[in-house]
Amino acid sequence: MTQNKLINLCNITKSYGDTLVLDDLNLYIRENEFLTLLGPSGCGKTTTLRIIGGFENPDRGNVIFEGKDITKLPPNERQLNTVFQKYALFNHMTIAENIAFGLKIKKKSKAYIQDKIKYALKLVNLDGYENRMPNSLSGGQQQRIAIARAIVNEPKVLLLDEPLGALDLKLRQDMQYELIRLKNELGITFIYVTHDQEEALTMSDTIVVMNQGYIQQIGTPEDIYNEPQNAFVADFIGESNIIAATMVEDRLVNILGTNFPCVDTGFGRNKPVDVVIRPEDIDLVEPEEDIITGVVTSLIFKGVHYEMEVLANGHEWLVHSTDLSPVGSKVGIKVDPFDIQIMNKPESEDEQATEIVE
Amino acid sequence: MQLKNILNHQVHKPSKQSHFNPRMKKMKWLTFPYIIWMIGFIILPLIMIVYYGLTTKTGGFTFENILLINDPINRKALILALQLSLISTIICLLLAYPLAMILSNAKMSSNNFIVLIIILPMWMNFLLRTIAWQNILERTGILNRILDFLHLPTLNIINTPAAIILGMVYNFLPFMVLPIYNVLIKIDKDVINAARDLGANSTLTFLKIILPLSIPGVISGITMVFVPSLTTFVISTILGGSKIVLIGNVIEQQFRLGNWHTGSGLSLVLMIFILFSMAVISKYDKESEGNLW
Ligand SMILES: Nc1ncnc2c1ncn2[C@@H]1O[C@H](COP(=O)(O)OP(=O)(O)O)[C@@H](O)[C@H]1O
Ligand SMILES: [Mg+2]
Repeated sequence: MTQNKLINLCNITKSYGDTLVLDDLNLYIRENEFLTLLGPSGCGKTTTLRIIGGFENPDRGNVIFEGKDITKLPPNERQLNTVFQKYALFNHMTIAENIAFGLKIKKKSKAYIQDKIKYALKLVNLDGYENRMPNSLSGGQQQRIAIARAIVNEPKVLLLDEPLGALDLKLRQDMQYELIRLKNELGITFIYVTHDQEEALTMSDTIVVMNQGYIQQIGTPEDIYNEPQNAFVADFIGESNIIAATMVEDRLVNILGTNFPCVDTGFGRNKPVDVVIRPEDIDLVEPEEDIITGVVTSLIFKGVHYEMEVLANGHEWLVHSTDLSPVGSKVGIKVDPFDIQIMNKPESEDEQATEIVE
Repeated sequence: MQLKNILNHQVHKPSKQSHFNPRMKKMKWLTFPYIIWMIGFIILPLIMIVYYGLTTKTGGFTFENILLINDPINRKALILALQLSLISTIICLLLAYPLAMILSNAKMSSNNFIVLIIILPMWMNFLLRTIAWQNILERTGILNRILDFLHLPTLNIINTPAAIILGMVYNFLPFMVLPIYNVLIKIDKDVINAARDLGANSTLTFLKIILPLSIPGVISGITMVFVPSLTTFVISTILGGSKIVLIGNVIEQQFRLGNWHTGSGLSLVLMIFILFSMAVISKYDKESEGNLW
């Protein structure tokens, strides 16, 4: 956490007409970080990225880059490059001309440009494609050219807006590894936009979860997954059981009438809270005294594990397990104390979208 | 807005993926009326013009009708027509491109309104519009009366080449604006953003990205202005008086006099000129694609 803040977004506010898209957003990006903006469609991820790239001006607030205010700087004067969602290749130029575009503007020598083209094509595994036209390439190949076109300029920061969104699953997974490899090889900062939580968890150093123009939580993938700060984050990042509960005292929570030991402290006594329990953290055991018991109501084989629903104390518990409990069987529900994540209850519906200060 | 759609089609290069599916084959008979139409009204007249143009009144083969273009009067008419239509095309292009740029960047609502304004004159009869210009430009016409009223020197442009150019530009400008506008609005905003992102300022972005991507529209526009300008005889008759004779007037005169062979021969020459200029333009198009830097 001692690394430099490369980019600092301060109090960014942006609206289109009457719709407030970003409201007083604060965020910093450290050097060499792979930071992902994650959130449902329409939550303002692209707008944030476009403000960093210079394609959109914020109504209020500043974009600070290496200590300098670049809020008013046009995109061509910013030391960052963007990979657009729909590639945005220049269809009237060959692949080589596409990649050379930025370098020719910077008046680099012919030899330097030739070297760079070769190097970049190798990097994205498309050697020999110099003279092809963009239209003759597949979506995945075009996307890699878009990346090559951006990185030859040696930007300090690469902005990527759902770059893998249009690709099929297999190619998307391959490209995820390519991108991580590229990032490690090049040592540049990535700001990555996606609505795919799995992609975000796989690739990022830091995830910024957004909803309705507000930052919900900032943290490492482990933080976000294991310790979601509110129900929105818990729900958005993977499947989970989110249950209203009462914090009896430090390290003891009452869930649906049964006391569970947990590890959280500082919520006060008899305070209403939400608990998050990941489906894979629930153990189904023989019914016994003092634990919640219920009946298995559904069972689906998911390949790696079974997905079961257990009706217990009026709640449908989602359970992932490699051990099978047949439908109709009576089971007890057990959760280890550190697998219970306690969250403050939002005072109202609106507050779910409220910014959480880091 | 039908015309807009028609022009749209002109601009599109044939797409690579054909939309053929098995059901389309059954629909084939639907093309029949069009084929009949094309044979009856396009192919047949063309064959007749070629036939008349290459034969004498007695039916013998000859190049004489075509060579009549060497007649000083005819040659002068052709050269003048080429000059005037070239100038009008250039003026149209210079006026239309910025206009199309502004239109393509404007907000959607005002956008449609301006497009409407541009094509509105086309709803009036072409002849009426040209005669209206005659009335405006006449020695004692509206323009000169206004100038006179303001104690400004009057203008004498009726029956000059300038009046003809004005008529051509006025009548054919929409045919230049719309195809260019149509290609410009189809350029992905992110392609332009990408150029800016890679360091291009607005001038470079225009020269390297917008202009080359809009060339198909420009070519379409040039074709649609240059060809009717080159062949017109109505505009030159109404605004050019009897002294200015364009090749279109010569051909019209020949057909009126019943000299089908001469008229067809000269038409063939004109067609060759049009084909030649189209070839030059499309060659330029291909070269510009290869020579961006
Ligand atoms: N140019 C625009 N004009 C009007 N509204 C816009 C524009 N761009 C985005 N919006 C609105 O702003 C909100 C956020 O959009 P965006 O940043 O693209 O979301 P995301 O990328 O997270 O899906 C959406 O409600 C969208 O409708
Ligand atoms: Mg988006």
